[in-house]
Amino acid sequence: MEFELTRDQQLFRGTTKDFLEQEASLLKVRELAEAGGGFDRDWWRRGAELGWVSMLVSAEYGGDSISGSGLRDMALVAEEMGRLVSPGPLVVTNVVAAALSESRFSAAHSTVIERLMSGESVATYAMCEVDRGWDPAGTQLLASPEGDDIVLTGVKDLVESADQSEYMLVTARCADGLAQYLVPTELPGVTVTPLTGIDLVRKFSRVRFDGVRIPRSALVGSGAETEQAIERQLQIAIVLQCAEMVGVVERVFENTLQWMSDRYSFGRPLSSYQALKHRVADMKMWLEASHGTTAAAARAVDARSAEAAELVSIAKSYVGSIATDIIQDCVQLHGGIAITWEHDIHLYLRRATVNRVSWGTPSEHRERLATIIGV
Amino acid sequence: MGSPTEIDVIEDIETFRSRAREWIAANLPLAKPVTGEESESADYDEAAWARARELQKLLYEGGFAGLCYPKEYGGQGLTPAHQYAFNEEVAGYEMPLLLNSPTFSICGPTILDMGTEEQKKKHLSAMIRGEETLVQFLSEPGCGSDLAGVVTRATRDGDVFVLNGSKIWSSWAYAADYALCLARTDWDAPKHRGLTMFLLEVNQPGIELRRIRQVNGNEEFCQEFFDNVEVPVSNVVGEINGGWTVASRQMFHERNSVGGGSQYVSGRLMGPKRRSPTAVMAEIARRTGRSDDRRVRELIAESHAIGRVREHLIERVVAGMRTENLSASAGSIIRLFGGMGHLRQTEIAVEVAGPHGTFSLPGTMGDREIAETFITRQAACMGGGTTEIARNIIAERVLGMPREFAADRDVPFKDVRRSR
Repeated sequence: MEFELTRDQQLFRGTTKDFLEQEASLLKVRELAEAGGGFDRDWWRRGAELGWVSMLVSAEYGGDSISGSGLRDMALVAEEMGRLVSPGPLVVTNVVAAALSESRFSAAHSTVIERLMSGESVATYAMCEVDRGWDPAGTQLLASPEGDDIVLTGVKDLVESADQSEYMLVTARCADGLAQYLVPTELPGVTVTPLTGIDLVRKFSRVRFDGVRIPRSALVGSGAETEQAIERQLQIAIVLQCAEMVGVVERVFENTLQWMSDRYSFGRPLSSYQALKHRVADMKMWLEASHGTTAAAARAVDARSAEAAELVSIAKSYVGSIATDIIQDCVQLHGGIAITWEHDIHLYLRRATVNRVSWGTPSEHRERLATIIGV
Repeated sequence: MGSPTEIDVIEDIETFRSRAREWIAANLPLAKPVTGEESESADYDEAAWARARELQKLLYEGGFAGLCYPKEYGGQGLTPAHQYAFNEEVAGYEMPLLLNSPTFSICGPTILDMGTEEQKKKHLSAMIRGEETLVQFLSEPGCGSDLAGVVTRATRDGDVFVLNGSKIWSSWAYAADYALCLARTDWDAPKHRGLTMFLLEVNQPGIELRRIRQVNGNEEFCQEFFDNVEVPVSNVVGEINGGWTVASRQMFHERNSVGGGSQYVSGRLMGPKRRSPTAVMAEIARRTGRSDDRRVRELIAESHAIGRVREHLIERVVAGMRTENLSASAGSIIRLFGGMGHLRQTEIAVEVAGPHGTFSLPGTMGDREIAETFITRQAACMGGGTTEIARNIIAERVLGMPREFAADRDVPFKDVRRSR
């Protein structure tokens, strides 16, 4: 979280935090995990009423940010959600809402934008394909025109909350490159297969498209602008993902500090041992660096700065790997208790690990960064 | 004459920026392009120091010296944001970078915080005019991290103190006019309570100065020997026996400076001939046909990311301290990152460059600078306070963990066991 928040941002953050603590406590997260169904739709709708899907939508469609910098406002929510490993499709729904609102054909999607903002509907993002990563160049799903319709054929992978979404933003290959379409999940030919993942409440699916027929009005973007639009979507997603990871790590770190002062060995608290203090000092440094680089990426993407692509890949490559390092060392500092199912730290480690590998691994982002900086 | 209600309005950043840009272009020479063939000592030999003073004078005459120092001491009374804007505008021009540390970013702020009115008037303005450089006489052969254990003796004799002892690791002492020198004035008090800080004139009888040659051939460090050196009582900074308060403040400024978070640095901190490590590595990778090697590409990207993340961390920690969301000791976080980031970056450079960064033809430096930097890399984890001390500070003062046991706490210093 950035240190200098406006009064409105502080208020917004406080409301979100209170809501999450009351309605999505870790106990609740564990209940949802037991039930195996992902997030609670009514809960999501109430979150949407707080503005969780409105910040990246233009005023034309009723969107509104808190501070004038919608993405930085959203990062506050993502961070609070990270602190409680909250369920909910915050990243994907916002990416789709922003994409629809920024699309040349936004007017055709105004009803869906409205539904997403109210929480009545949920949308997810279908980009990645099996073994092809998050590079849009790997797209093989085909979009072929047939009469007045477009027919989609192919498979998308790691589609978040697909089984709880009404819409998907699908990236497809067509005659003149890539295009994106808004596709209702209920259409014939769409088969959603939930995958078993390690996050207990954030579910991912593989989605098959067997000749799925959509009207031409489903188009969100095509031609030369698609690549830029996809880059923008990736940037928004990673800023929110990194903000969430920072929240995840910060909470684990706070709990670990508390543990170290409560736990005595050899007649002294763990926090009095220099060997352990020095490890904790390193963690504090990494945590503050993660905050800093995430905030820098958020500012750059929000301002559509020329540095945005670079800073996003820096943030993901840094935060993505350091987050799991920190949490694993916190597990070590806790000892045996932290590898039990009852201890909450594994919920955080699960979320951080899934975030590490989705939207590009740290390694993939270093490779991307090399290209960006001209290696 | 201004009206009695005249308010000193601070120039807005963008107006300042364009005024600075115009002045810089008209008055400052461009920095010499870096070829990699420069001799190491050219950075800090006598000619380099004379040039630095000359450039400082030029900045002073143009009204761009001591931007964040108060006007009454010869500065411009501007904000850090003005200094950062100036730094951006002055990139690529020749600047007196040698004066940044310790003169402007460590000694200056310490005098500003702790000095008497006379000391501030005399030393700060001379420094800003380019007429005085200052260094630190802190570490001794027998103590470094445990700075409060210094044994240089200062004995009062009427209006003067008489100093005997030795100081070491003082950067640039051979080019300095004054030093902030920490000495022991009371041996019966516990170690932190018997120290006094002096503004000591460097070029005077009784001070013998030797230069220390480092493993990379660099000779910026010095050792000094004091034989009955006299310093007037009026040159005490802070209180007599209150030297630890001054030294703590000084180390606070030092950590900020080393970490890259000081607003008193003008232009870059130092390194007039440093090429961007990313650019050097990318160039070597191209030259050796490895630009497509995924492993090499990732390493270069990682090194680049460390540099950028360091900037982001500095920005965050500075904002955190300013808004009191982080304790004033949080400067140690950027100090630690600076050291550890440097270790990883120099390792990556050696890995990527291979033999190209380790050997050069006779009489040239070329990319051998990479391995020369590597073999002295630990210095980045020592100077400005070791990374071990930084970790102690982060754990104890930023995070509030219990303090380490100290065998010398509350013991009269004369009874404390010391190195033989």
